[in-house]
Amino acid sequence: MDDTPYLLDGANWDWSRTGSIPQLLVDHLGYTAITVLVGFLIAFPIGLLIGHTGKGSFIAINAGNAGRALPTLGLLSLLVTLMSIGFLPILIALVVLVIPPILTSTYAGLRQVDPDAVDAARGMGMSGLQVLFRVELPIALPVIFGGLRAAVLQVVATATVAAYVAGSGLGRLLVDGLALSDYGRMLAGAVVVALLAIVLDLLLAGVQRLVVSPGITGRGQSRGRGARFVAESGAENPEELVTAGTTKGTS
Amino acid sequence: MNGISNYLSQNSSIVVDALLQHIVLAVLPLLIGVLVSLPIGYLAVRFGWLYHPILNLSGIVYSIPSLAVFVALPYVLGTRILSPVNIVVALAIYTIALMARTVADGLRSVDPALTDAATGMGYQRVRRLVEVELPLAAPVILAGVRVAAVSNISLVSVGALLGVGGLGALFTRGLQLDYTAPILVGVVLSVALAAVADLLIVLFQRAVTPWSRAGQGV
Repeated sequence: MDDTPYLLDGANWDWSRTGSIPQLLVDHLGYTAITVLVGFLIAFPIGLLIGHTGKGSFIAINAGNAGRALPTLGLLSLLVTLMSIGFLPILIALVVLVIPPILTSTYAGLRQVDPDAVDAARGMGMSGLQVLFRVELPIALPVIFGGLRAAVLQVVATATVAAYVAGSGLGRLLVDGLALSDYGRMLAGAVVVALLAIVLDLLLAGVQRLVVSPGITGRGQSRGRGARFVAESGAENPEELVTAGTTKGTS
Repeated sequence: MNGISNYLSQNSSIVVDALLQHIVLAVLPLLIGVLVSLPIGYLAVRFGWLYHPILNLSGIVYSIPSLAVFVALPYVLGTRILSPVNIVVALAIYTIALMARTVADGLRSVDPALTDAATGMGYQRVRRLVEVELPLAAPVILAGVRVAAVSNISLVSVGALLGVGGLGALFTRGLQLDYTAPILVGVVLSVALAAVADLLIVLFQRAVTPWSRAGQGV
């Protein structure tokens, strides 16, 4: 058994065995899905409200920075000592991590919508909500997806820390491997997490293609024109896009 | 609150040491990463076909969990697992992954009319890059440096799981002892450190881009 790398050893892929890679993978996906869902339900409406009304912008702008500055390992340790070991402290620590990128990108996406388009929609007699859901949101979708994808990547990478406070997920391979000085196990954990992150990002890119209107991306028309328009309109405020698109917490 | 002042008075040297180690472990990779990413970002603009491969590669690098990189690096570099070199190299890699793209985007944001004007005035490529393009790209590049600095400061603490993590050592100790005070002190200092670093970079940006305030009636 010492000769086969941990990652390739069939026994480690046995579904029925506790702590096998597939079981840990499912737990890891569970953490990721629940966290992103809860974070999205909190951050998306707030981002829509701030982006649409323009009130409270400083919250959206500073949320990104605050979220990056807060060390997840510290927050997790704090929650565990205050509450107890279990799923709730892990969930809270990870939700705190996903709120900033979703909130900031939703806000940034709505803000970069061409004001002429909003004026035109209002002139056509659309109500505030109609403007938001039929004009601003569809145009903002590429930027919002950028934030959502950043959030997912971050949670997939950071959920590994859960194992440190007796949680499950692929972090078990890293933490147990470290405790046992089992390099193969740690490497297996690192590889599977990285692959999972890439696969999830590709899946979301696919969903983005399906959801974002061809009128925004320029697909199906004169190729590239629309995409360039979005890129150009975003380039007016590059700082905002940097903040919205790229974040890495304590992962 | 009483518990915290109690803890601080009895462990001040531990906390100060952790803080200093934290600063070194975050700033060193930031400097290395920024210096390395400048030529990479430049190449991505100079040779346009490199832009997307570099973008994709940095995206992949950025998605690898830091804990995994911290434990894998000793075997790649031949360092000891407890060596601070692992943390510095890992964070430098993340900084490069973030900054290469930002440098490229910053250089691309420079108005071609301005670089043409510089060329017309007889600027050679290197001088034009240093004296015209880099200063004009500074706001975008420094926005990236702010992100990298803040996320580096927060990432250092993960190193504590391997025994080298600056303020992160306070998290692991507090967790082992079920003692809130050191964790709270560590979190507050870590966030404060990030805020100070962010502020310093903003001040630096104001100093090197005086023209950006010219229109505001200063």
